[in-house]
Amino acid sequence: MAKLTLPPEEWVRSGHSACPGCAPALALRFLLKGLGPRTVVSVPACCWTVIATPYPTTALGVAMLDSPIESTGASISGLRAAADALGLDDVTVVGVAGDGGTSDIGLQSLSGMLERRTNAIYLMYDNEAYMNTGIQRSGATPWRAWTTTTPVGPTARGKMEPKKDIMGIVRAHRPVYAATVNPSFPEDFLAKVVKARGLAGPRFLHAFTPCPPGWRYDSARTIEIGSLATETGLFPLYEVEAGRVRLTRRYGRLKPVREYLERQGRFAHLTDEEVDVIQTQVTAGWEELLRAEAAGTAPTAVAPVLAP
Amino acid sequence: MTQQVLSGNHAQSEAVRLARVQVVSAYPITPQTTIVEEIADFVAQGRLPAEFVRVESEHSALQVCVSAAALGARTYTATSSQGLLLMHELMHWAAGMRAPIVMGVVNRAVAPPWSAGADHTDSLAQRDTGWIQFYAETNQEVLDMVLEAYRLAEDPAVRLPAMVCEDAFYLSHTVEPVDVPSPDVVDAFLPPRRGRATLVPGVAGRLGSFTGPEDYVKFRHAEAAAMESVLPTLGSVEAEFLTSFGRSLGGPVVPYRLDGATSALVTLGTASTTARGVVDELRAQGHRVGLLKVRVLRPFPDAEVRAALADVMRVGVLDRSWTFGSTGAVAAEVRAALYSAPRRPSVTSFLAGIGGRDITPGLVRRLFEQLEAGATERPLWMDLEPAAGGTVHG
Repeated sequence: MAKLTLPPEEWVRSGHSACPGCAPALALRFLLKGLGPRTVVSVPACCWTVIATPYPTTALGVAMLDSPIESTGASISGLRAAADALGLDDVTVVGVAGDGGTSDIGLQSLSGMLERRTNAIYLMYDNEAYMNTGIQRSGATPWRAWTTTTPVGPTARGKMEPKKDIMGIVRAHRPVYAATVNPSFPEDFLAKVVKARGLAGPRFLHAFTPCPPGWRYDSARTIEIGSLATETGLFPLYEVEAGRVRLTRRYGRLKPVREYLERQGRFAHLTDEEVDVIQTQVTAGWEELLRAEAAGTAPTAVAPVLAP
Repeated sequence: MTQQVLSGNHAQSEAVRLARVQVVSAYPITPQTTIVEEIADFVAQGRLPAEFVRVESEHSALQVCVSAAALGARTYTATSSQGLLLMHELMHWAAGMRAPIVMGVVNRAVAPPWSAGADHTDSLAQRDTGWIQFYAETNQEVLDMVLEAYRLAEDPAVRLPAMVCEDAFYLSHTVEPVDVPSPDVVDAFLPPRRGRATLVPGVAGRLGSFTGPEDYVKFRHAEAAAMESVLPTLGSVEAEFLTSFGRSLGGPVVPYRLDGATSALVTLGTASTTARGVVDELRAQGHRVGLLKVRVLRPFPDAEVRAALADVMRVGVLDRSWTFGSTGAVAAEVRAALYSAPRRPSVTSFLAGIGGRDITPGLVRRLFEQLEAGATERPLWMDLEPAAGGTVHG
């Protein structure tokens, strides 16, 4: 068991208004432990709009700027430009946005920020649906997951399309640094944040953040479900620098993806055949990562396996 | 001070350079583009030490300015037509966050159908967003208004964004002699923005936040109160402008030959020049006509409009845009302002110059003829027929 080496300072205060078991709350907690007090956080409409608590209080120990949902990439470009123009050289600029605000409505401004090489960090916390508005499907919702806009019935089996590959989209912009992080692995999370902080240029973190009310599981099991996502190979932990991928958690044998799926009500309707499709997909993705790492390249997108 | 021959767009660029703007962000759109091309060149040549953020949309351009302004930078963007419409969401954010952004707007028609011609629909559609709106008649006014707009926008009593509107092509791409003040005089009039960052690194605070109704209404009321303070502040800013530059800006409305006038026309922007010439001509023929140019549309100068038109019997308002299902937008504002006048003049709404049709002296003469013949209830579209001597296709 590795020794816990997290900085003791807390920049997410107790008293925030996240749901019990909220992984996005943990994601920001670990992010700010790594970035420290001279951080300016830009947050669009997302769960964190609410978690950060209403006026005149704030749950963050650092400066926070609100923006509309699709603006995060542009907002951090503006903050960086002003910090540079005003000589605020020690300021770290970070955008923290949900999966919908990043990979759907905010994709344009994310692409703009990456393309214009903004010297800032962008963290997408991925709870795989529009959770703040009540569990509506996003581009990041996985195949066959139930949401309130992808119900299950005689003509529909949850989300009918595969999850959008945001890391593939980000990698195509050749950022300085891109990594996956998971609050169930705090030291790996912190190490990547600290590494990102030490680099200049656009940096992207994809955080896997389970959501008890949205994924339909007991709030005590967030860490367990997050761990299973990585241990099954469904959400591998890796980083990409200079076009090369490096796994930061490796497993000789992955757990069956069924162990991850069966713990969540959003997948309760899945048939054995559907679980097999997901398993095939996850295995192919993991093997591609191993292949790319050995070849010294970035992984290429694995074509989605179609439903039986 | 030097005299230069500048287009309206380059008058904006020169003013931005003189204002020592720190962060500029923009996206191309005709006929705005030459403003930011020139600014990009100033930055590239080392004549303006600013951060120029080249964005992927106007929405992002305004977000860059909102975020940069929160940290305390002086910011500028410019757009037109569709670009301004795309910014609409951020227009509210800019004003609500009390970001003293100045934006150049080149007034251009809105699609469909596509038209690059002058038309005020784009900026009039932003009337309710909390921005101060200036409308320029000349390129000199464009340059002066940008400097004035920064002073006003950054004033502690105001702290609201401001747009400086110029008519597409009539100003944006037409050159005129412009007095360009020397940097030291501008520096004295417009010192660097300082001490007004609303977001401070190292300080736990949230800008934007989330409120219940009790707090929300207080924020809205504070913004409304800031808007109320614009015109009184404008008075002192313009007095200082006169001292610094030896030119008078003329206040929120500029009357012309209204003494003894029974009929008056109200105009925005470049139509004012043409109308002034026609007023002189008609006055020489014994007609009792006059003109009121509106320079500031937001906040609307109700009291000034009322005072200027107090003794007029018939008012015509020339709108270079159309508000569907209502009347001319400026006509509606003027009517509302005049409602509490002791002796209410009639108000006729004229629509002309839409989509870049020329507002000619002949057209203005017809407006005055119509006005002197009596008021009409319904808005009048004055230039639907093809232009005389024009080519009819098809």
